[in-house]
Amino acid sequence: MFDAASQEHATLARASLDQCLKCTICETQCPVMAVTPLFPGPKFVGPQAERYRHGDSVDHSLDYCSSCGTCTLVCPQGVKIAELNSVARAAMKKDHMPVRDQIISRTTLMGKAMHPVAPVANWALRLAPVRWIMEKVIGIHRKAAMPVASTQTFSSWLKHHTSSTQPTRGKVVFFHGCAGEYFEVETSIKTVELLEHLGFQVVTPKQGCCGLALQSNGLFDAARTYVRDLSAQLDIEPGTPIIGSAASCVGMLKHEAREIMGVDDPALIEVGARVRDASEFLLDLAERGELPLDFTPVPLTVAYHAPCQLKGQGMGKPALDLLRLIPGLTVVDAEATCCGIAGTYGFKKEKYDIGQAVGKPLFDAVLEVNPHLAVCDTETCRWQIAAATGAQVVHPVWLLHKAYGLS
Amino acid sequence: MRKLATDVVVIGGGSTGIGVLRDCAMRGYRTILLDRADLAQGTSGRFHGLLHSGGRYVVSDPESARECASENSIVTRIQPDAVECTGGLFVTAPGDDPEFGDRFLAGAALTGVHAEEISVSTALAREPRLNPGITRAILVEDGTVDGWQLAWSAAQSAIQHGGQVLTYHKVTQVHHGDGMVNGVTATDLKTGEEVWIECSFVLNCAGPWAGQITHMAGLPPVAVIPGRGSMIAMSHRLVNTVINRCIYPADGDILVPVHTVCVIGTTDHKVDDPDHLAIPRDEVQQMLDAGEELIPGFRQARALHAWAGARPLIKDDRVAASDTRHMSRGMAVIDHSVRDDVRGLITIGGGKLTTYRLMAEHIVDAMEEQLGTSHPCTTAEEMCPGNEAGRNYMITHRLKEREEDRSRSPIICECELMNRDMFVSLLKEHPHANLDDLRRQLRIGMGPCQGGFCSTRAAGIAVEEGVVDAERATGLLKLFLENRWTGTWPILHGDQVRQVGLDNWILQGTLDIAHVPSPTKVETDPVDDPVPSDPVDDPVPSDPVDDPPLHDAVDDPVLADPGEEPVPSDLGDSPPTDPMTESPPTDPVDWKEAT
Repeated sequence: MFDAASQEHATLARASLDQCLKCTICETQCPVMAVTPLFPGPKFVGPQAERYRHGDSVDHSLDYCSSCGTCTLVCPQGVKIAELNSVARAAMKKDHMPVRDQIISRTTLMGKAMHPVAPVANWALRLAPVRWIMEKVIGIHRKAAMPVASTQTFSSWLKHHTSSTQPTRGKVVFFHGCAGEYFEVETSIKTVELLEHLGFQVVTPKQGCCGLALQSNGLFDAARTYVRDLSAQLDIEPGTPIIGSAASCVGMLKHEAREIMGVDDPALIEVGARVRDASEFLLDLAERGELPLDFTPVPLTVAYHAPCQLKGQGMGKPALDLLRLIPGLTVVDAEATCCGIAGTYGFKKEKYDIGQAVGKPLFDAVLEVNPHLAVCDTETCRWQIAAATGAQVVHPVWLLHKAYGLS
Repeated sequence: MRKLATDVVVIGGGSTGIGVLRDCAMRGYRTILLDRADLAQGTSGRFHGLLHSGGRYVVSDPESARECASENSIVTRIQPDAVECTGGLFVTAPGDDPEFGDRFLAGAALTGVHAEEISVSTALAREPRLNPGITRAILVEDGTVDGWQLAWSAAQSAIQHGGQVLTYHKVTQVHHGDGMVNGVTATDLKTGEEVWIECSFVLNCAGPWAGQITHMAGLPPVAVIPGRGSMIAMSHRLVNTVINRCIYPADGDILVPVHTVCVIGTTDHKVDDPDHLAIPRDEVQQMLDAGEELIPGFRQARALHAWAGARPLIKDDRVAASDTRHMSRGMAVIDHSVRDDVRGLITIGGGKLTTYRLMAEHIVDAMEEQLGTSHPCTTAEEMCPGNEAGRNYMITHRLKEREEDRSRSPIICECELMNRDMFVSLLKEHPHANLDDLRRQLRIGMGPCQGGFCSTRAAGIAVEEGVVDAERATGLLKLFLENRWTGTWPILHGDQVRQVGLDNWILQGTLDIAHVPSPTKVETDPVDDPVPSDPVDDPVPSDPVDDPPLHDAVDDPVLADPGEEPVPSDLGDSPPTDPMTESPPTDPVDWKEAT
């Protein structure tokens, strides 16, 4: 059931269809439409189909939308295309939500299950027969990139961690996201070390998942609960910046939960106003002359991919500008639309090939620029690019961490 | 001259005429229907789309309420594909007298109109955009109906029973001798050919034009006072239930979700000429204000198209009181054997689309009484063709159909989800049709872009399929765009302005459509007394952009008096008369029509 606020919100997204002029710019930029005829395209499933929606959900092809949000980003008329589609998808899947989508959209659950048996779990996920069974039974494509569980969680690292520097700049709250707890632990550690190196006192509250994957799978009720709980957890230090190392989860807090699901919880609005992507925060410091530029040269050339959910935040590509401050480092913008994973989309048996085709131009760019190392701000995109190219794909803070001599 | 013989000629292809054709044919009479234009191109295609539950009349006219309730269920059953069972709400808006709701409920109980008061919160949950300030809500069984689909499916039924439909046949004379009707002459407007139809009975179902027909019979004209009603379609359904104001029937008191749009209506102003219906600016504002009272934010929503219809009210002092026995409520039957001593001619006026079948039954009963015959009416029992699925229309139908055939047949009209197969198959069935004739059955060009994208595709396909040549296709395209524009300019504001800008950029800036070669040979109109072809009050718009898409600008046409001198539209290098070879100039009965 929609609550009153979200129903009102769905109505507002619907009202935005009035602004569509059929200019078709969204279609020219949609990465999915470019590679498969199975998806009728954002203009069709968004403002056009919405005029026909009432009661029964009849246009199941809308599920081929990857929710990358490129359409909303490029629409010159302000039509909430991706949002309309997300709401329609939630209505469509209400009565027949696949078990698979219930599982893969709960990253915390996967992390909790895999972490205690990480070596075994990671080993098992590399076994062809296991993957074959997973594909047949729950519909996760046998070749899809799987996260690698860390033997140590970020929390257990934090428990034994003491900052080696005295704070000189006040507090920041660190938001690592659920992948940063179980899978991308190294990124979380490096971010904390980097912020402490810069003189911040890093406060890390216990925190759950933002619910983004649930939302993109149409599981709005669960996603709303997740994002509300997380907001309450992060809203502990009034006025303090909240720094996130998971760019897509930052976007969820900034605008997606409100714009797609109509969550208008006061804690979310408060947290959403204060949360910053790590690169965005550091670039702000640099622009104010407050970022030390005592970098050690990093003589590398790497491709950088700006994830869709980062671009949707409407702040440009801060990591690109930030990394270009590091001497010796050449960062090539891959200028790709999407890597094809789109959260959990590219994991799915029926969408894996589409995801691979979507990501092809990006994979080619990575291989051409540097087949060993590439940079990207979000976890699942990094897994996707790494699996397709064989390159190690790291969060931008890894390179800053290195340039400051911390690694 | 083509010669035909039949029992009955029905004049007028609106819902009444088509209902009468079907009833006559089903009772075994050889019957021919004539219309100077296409089916349901007049009043039956220019209403708000409401299929009355009877709720509207429970207080003001209980007998009408009873008839509507009964006919609603019959039409919903025999023509399900033309009807959507949306349900309706009568709401007490802020400032409305809440006690009217009690009179409403009492009236509904007396007339057998199903009505149930629901809580305001239930009403708001059902229709989230409804004004939260409403104080009462009563649920009724209103539906919405596509007038063109209703007309065509009834016509197909009549044809199956041996009836004939001759569209674009303009009646020029009704002949009688020795006090008996004996034939009708007409002109085939597509070919210019004269047609003589020998018959023994003529049923004048010309609605607002009924007076012109009695004039052609050489009889004192029936006094018809057309009542103009204006309506505006909004770009999407702001509600999915018919919303009525729970007040004594008034202007602007209804919002009807029909197909992909919702229609706010309507006004009622007496006019002289049903062919020239202006849409004054103050009426547009009045409608938008009325919408705002029901749906907060209505004025920010996108208005697409406005049109006006003429109610066929007959006020004839020569009608004897005894003539009313064959009348439905709001309907006038004039038996000319009583009025003018001419047997074999009956004129019908008034009525409602919802009760079209019942009206037809009464009319044919009246004819049989004069003929001294009697056959049972079976029109309520038999389903009309084209409704084989047996389920009522739902807004999701086209989306579902395109979901299935999208990869096989490309979508031509993206707003109304009409694909190439639909277009080509109807075009081949009606090779002489203009794009508006096809539109009324397919809805091409009736969505937000108002033909900006689909019309050129359609014209191109018509050529590709070998149905028309390039010149005629260009003429068809121009005519279609002009007619769309006629309904767009009166409401041009907000989001629709940007659409018009983009459409103009495409059509004028890229295609230079005003100068694309169209037919150089201008056929003279074969009709002696042509249907008014000059856009007298055809309010040629002052164009919002420097380079007008199709018309030359005219000073403030909105306020132009309908009686003013004609202002010819200028189609670039073409002569001011219509460039089409086979269509009446600027399609006089086709402007201001339902989107």
